[in-house]
Amino acid sequence: MQITRRNTLLMTVGTAIAAAVPFKAMANADAAIDALLNGAEAGSEGLTLIAPEIAENGNTVPIEVNAPGATMIAVFAGGNPTPEVATFTFGPLAGSHSASTRMRLAGTQDVIAIAQMPDGSFVRASQEVKVTIGGCGG
Amino acid sequence: MISRRDFLQASMAASAIVGASGFGQWGKLAAQQLLTQDQLLEFDTFGNVTLIHITDIHAQLKPIWFREPEINLGVGDNKGAVPHITGADFRRAYGIEDGSPSHYALTYNDFTSLARGYGRLGGIDRVATVVNAIRGDRPDAILLDGGDTWHGSYTCYHTQGQDVVNVMNMLKPDAMTFHWEFTLGSERVREHLSNLPYAALGQNIFDSEWDEPAEDFAPYKFFERGGAKVAVIGQAFPYMPIANPGWMFPEYSFGIRDERMQEMVNEVRGMGADVVVVLSHNGFDVDKAMASRVQGIDVILSGHTHDALPEPYLVNETIVVASGSNGKFVSRVDLDIRDGRMMGFKHKLIPIFADVITPDADVAAAIDAERAPFADQLNEVIGKTAEDTLLYRRGNFNGSWDDLICQALIDERDADISMSPGVRWGPSVLPGQEITREDLWNVTSMTYPNAYRTEMTGEFIHTIMEDVADNLFNEDPYYQQGGDMVRVGGMGYKIDITKPIGSRISEMTLLKTGELIDPAKTYVVAGWASVNEGTEGPAIWDVVENYIRRQGTVSVAPNTSVQVVGA
Repeated sequence: MQITRRNTLLMTVGTAIAAAVPFKAMANADAAIDALLNGAEAGSEGLTLIAPEIAENGNTVPIEVNAPGATMIAVFAGGNPTPEVATFTFGPLAGSHSASTRMRLAGTQDVIAIAQMPDGSFVRASQEVKVTIGGCGG
Repeated sequence: MISRRDFLQASMAASAIVGASGFGQWGKLAAQQLLTQDQLLEFDTFGNVTLIHITDIHAQLKPIWFREPEINLGVGDNKGAVPHITGADFRRAYGIEDGSPSHYALTYNDFTSLARGYGRLGGIDRVATVVNAIRGDRPDAILLDGGDTWHGSYTCYHTQGQDVVNVMNMLKPDAMTFHWEFTLGSERVREHLSNLPYAALGQNIFDSEWDEPAEDFAPYKFFERGGAKVAVIGQAFPYMPIANPGWMFPEYSFGIRDERMQEMVNEVRGMGADVVVVLSHNGFDVDKAMASRVQGIDVILSGHTHDALPEPYLVNETIVVASGSNGKFVSRVDLDIRDGRMMGFKHKLIPIFADVITPDADVAAAIDAERAPFADQLNEVIGKTAEDTLLYRRGNFNGSWDDLICQALIDERDADISMSPGVRWGPSVLPGQEITREDLWNVTSMTYPNAYRTEMTGEFIHTIMEDVADNLFNEDPYYQQGGDMVRVGGMGYKIDITKPIGSRISEMTLLKTGELIDPAKTYVVAGWASVNEGTEGPAIWDVVENYIRRQGTVSVAPNTSVQVVGA
């Protein structure tokens, strides 16, 4: 076989490798969440966060949040430079208390949702979403 | 109230085949005289519904040799748990006699001599005989194909799956789910679907643009059998666009989606399903986890990770059945369905011993007809294996087939380091045997075969290794993609499978110099099966064929370059 470097090149296993999540980004998210909770403890029942375990495309990751009765649900990307993704508010006449959107993730990280209930209490849910280079399915 | 335990009649192929005696001999085994087709098929028909499961055929229409893994490590809760036991531990766990047919079919030890005694396994013409015999007992048995069917051979590649589709149609399956099929490209998949005389299922196949269930696939199908309503829900491979090239099927999105699985189970129950069966390509650990998270599934027919288990695995009220790969096995599962629930089951994993089971004449003729136009190419001998070399692939870290492929990449492509994907398909070639072009294609055939050659920094190589290791050894099965570790040539490394991502891989060493890999330094890396669009380079089968031809007789030394910690 003729081997020439020129005619055979080109990258492969992964162009888009996720960099390690910078500590600063997570600190940004913690600060934003602390500001929202304002010292209150968040419970864990009553809020469902649906996100893929492994993102098919880190540039557009579909997520869904659902918290019956909630007045507000905020979504944070723990590892993004700008962690605030979306805040959904629900009026008293809202028929359902769920929302879905797509978000961009800078790398493997926790997606965090905080819901506020009518009595002012908070509920928290989170899930790790992996952004991977993949490549070896059996 | 009848306890389900009373009805647990899982029978083991091992004892069904040879009774308690076994053979107790390692060398020449007159297998053909001791094993009979009747023994392999022996089954007291039970209950009122029969399921037949076959999965991960990988286009192997003819009988093959296939060595099961020596290394198949579980992590977290799955450490040392089924299916992560191999060899003698596996035989002890299931009461399999050393040297018995089941030893040969299900474990790796002494593979070569047992293979010579017992012969090949598989062959879809033999599978047809078994399916027909089961239908003789129960004419309305439901035949379910777990996917990875239209991929993996020379003829399948050159007919874009048509040869396998034609042959499988003769077996009259009732439903199928999917994985590698999508690597034919979505247009070709839809072409096959438009002519498919049975259901194409996948509750987790979504339209990627609208994130809604894809119209080309049904989530489930109902079957009325023995007075019971049987719902079969499909679950395609969840990590399709991550583990395989997403650009080949951009319209589709996948994922595990167990919330929707729960919805579908509730929906079919609401519609009167007496029994809920999931035809899955999740992989075994994911199926175990899903069985504990989704309520109301009676049977999971598990595929993808190529495990073959002589008994179903129980998760609470769900049985998980694993039926092996490459046409080596068919599972028969008889169910007693009464009063809207599963009251009991009986199971047998039937090994398809090719020399024992009479091929179905019509299917055998059809297979030969599909192969005839390619006969010259298929049968061309490209080299030979040395007496010390069994070529096999399965195992978490390396196989001799991949060691050979990695060496070919380094040699033919003038590289420092080579990488080969940790796929689980690919039959074996015995020592001292001719290697045909068909043999080579059986371990390399795919629609993205380009062998790239590129430069990578040591740091980048480390990132790749960590990433792939996490796909295999993440403690949460939902983060596992079901392949094995990427195979590496020219580089040794140490892996601690108990560590988290980023700290499993250490002591990466360039074998030709013995020096540690420098994160900042650049290395020439050759590999294949990149998921990226536009990858350039010759097809891997040409690279390896050239190498084998130059060698004449190939000898592969045992691989000692991977050090495993925490197993």
